[in-house]
Amino acid sequence: MSMTSDISAPARPTAALQPATQPASRSNPVHPRPAIELQDASVVFGSGDKVVTALSPTTLRMARGDFLALVGPSGCGKSTILRLASNLIQPSSGIVLLGGREPAAKELRIGMAFQNPTMLPWLTIEKNVMLPLKIVEPFKRTFQQDKKGAYRDRVHALLAQVGLQDFAGHFPWQLSGGMLQRANLCRALIHDPDLLLLDEPFGALDQFTREELWQILQDLYLDRKPTVLLVTHDLREAGFLARRICVMSARPGRIISDKAVTMPQPRDIGVIYTPAFVEMTQGLRELIAQIRK
Amino acid sequence: MMSFSLIVGFFLLWEILCIALNVSDLILPRPSEIIVTLVTRFPVLWPHILQTLYSTLTGFVLGVIIGVSIGVLIGTSRVAYGVAYPLLVGFSSIPKVAVVPIFVLWFGSGTTPAILTAMVICVFPIVVNIATGLATTEPDLEDVLKTLGASKREILWNVGLPRTMPYFFASLKVAITLSFVGAVLSETVASNRGIGNVMMTASSNFQVSLVFAGLIVLALMGVALYAFFSFLESRVTGWATRGNDIAIT
Repeated sequence: MSMTSDISAPARPTAALQPATQPASRSNPVHPRPAIELQDASVVFGSGDKVVTALSPTTLRMARGDFLALVGPSGCGKSTILRLASNLIQPSSGIVLLGGREPAAKELRIGMAFQNPTMLPWLTIEKNVMLPLKIVEPFKRTFQQDKKGAYRDRVHALLAQVGLQDFAGHFPWQLSGGMLQRANLCRALIHDPDLLLLDEPFGALDQFTREELWQILQDLYLDRKPTVLLVTHDLREAGFLARRICVMSARPGRIISDKAVTMPQPRDIGVIYTPAFVEMTQGLRELIAQIRK
Repeated sequence: MMSFSLIVGFFLLWEILCIALNVSDLILPRPSEIIVTLVTRFPVLWPHILQTLYSTLTGFVLGVIIGVSIGVLIGTSRVAYGVAYPLLVGFSSIPKVAVVPIFVLWFGSGTTPAILTAMVICVFPIVVNIATGLATTEPDLEDVLKTLGASKREILWNVGLPRTMPYFFASLKVAITLSFVGAVLSETVASNRGIGNVMMTASSNFQVSLVFAGLIVLALMGVALYAFFSFLESRVTGWATRGNDIAIT
């Protein structure tokens, strides 16, 4: 894979951060229904005296094919939004719609990757990546016929795209953290999800591996154009990858800033050293620093 | 190799001490005598070996089926866990010798009580291990499948049960030896067949070397069954003991 860290990258337009065209969904004629729609959705854990509000009523729309990064101080409810979108939890009040319908209706196919690679230790990388094809319709219908043929080729092709072609038969414990995270991305994408949910997937990696994976993710995104919701606390990661950045306040969280990133894609890794990019991340940083006070 | 020489050394010491201290055959026969008895009486012992093996394995298989079913039930349902667990603990703390007379009362003496004793004695460790394995499955692993929209059954099959295999096999090794104890126990008390019965009869006839021959047969069978399940375990759950290049044998 190509790994450029060209400091003197060509200058990009200066005003990198601009207000997002609100609401983004209505400007998309192909899919009038947004991929994700939160209407005053809130999440409260516990009961009685021990109520913890994880998410204040939040409204958020994401157009199909968009790439939104959610940043904010830790514990602000970023992951809660992600868990709402993945139907792992239900909102305490308000509505969550995926592709215009209830999450349980499975209108959208979902791929998800967590910070922890969560590979199943008893399966090889190939079988781990193949897992969604065993579970998700319509792939699961022909899983028994295709698992040794078409699906296997599909897994190998995707693994090759992230540079893991030689590790299909390895077990997870034989791979490094960066490799596991690449396999994790593959597992999140193997079933061509409409919606890719990423919960700080590169949080535990070193800087170089992280930048390498940003580029891989960017390539995969531009190649397949799923709707991506990325939760991260790395502002450069958000700026490099996303088309739209939402900032959340401290707990109980809500969205306090919603901006579009106008730099054209694909972006070169060198972009993160350009004045415009630095200015943008600096702006986000100050915003979050203010909230934390 | 070390353990082999230890075993040989143990029997050698036994032989030497018996000769040196002039121990009577009726108290403690020498290993050489026991081996001679074992070889000469083998045709008589063989059907009893098969009988004990049959009772043990049948009881064990039944125990595994019941144990896995109960284990899955209480490992996946919090309600079942709360209700059934105290009952199981209570049941398991009953000395199993005490249930043999009940089985004899219900089914008469013979093979049936031996199978049932072998079964009840091995259920508990299997239940506990399966339930523990399922209950301690990392939520992260389950979340991976939940986000894909997997049903409860799919999660159980693809995450819960494979995750539980190391616990299951650990319990099988305990369970098979327990089944064996249960079967012999029941044969000793209430049967006219099986190694347990042979030893009982031999003991009342003062055929002490035959009693010890029975003991050795039991030990060998126990080791063989244990080794078989150890082997199976290493084949199925190798992923859980990765990197243990120094195998403990």
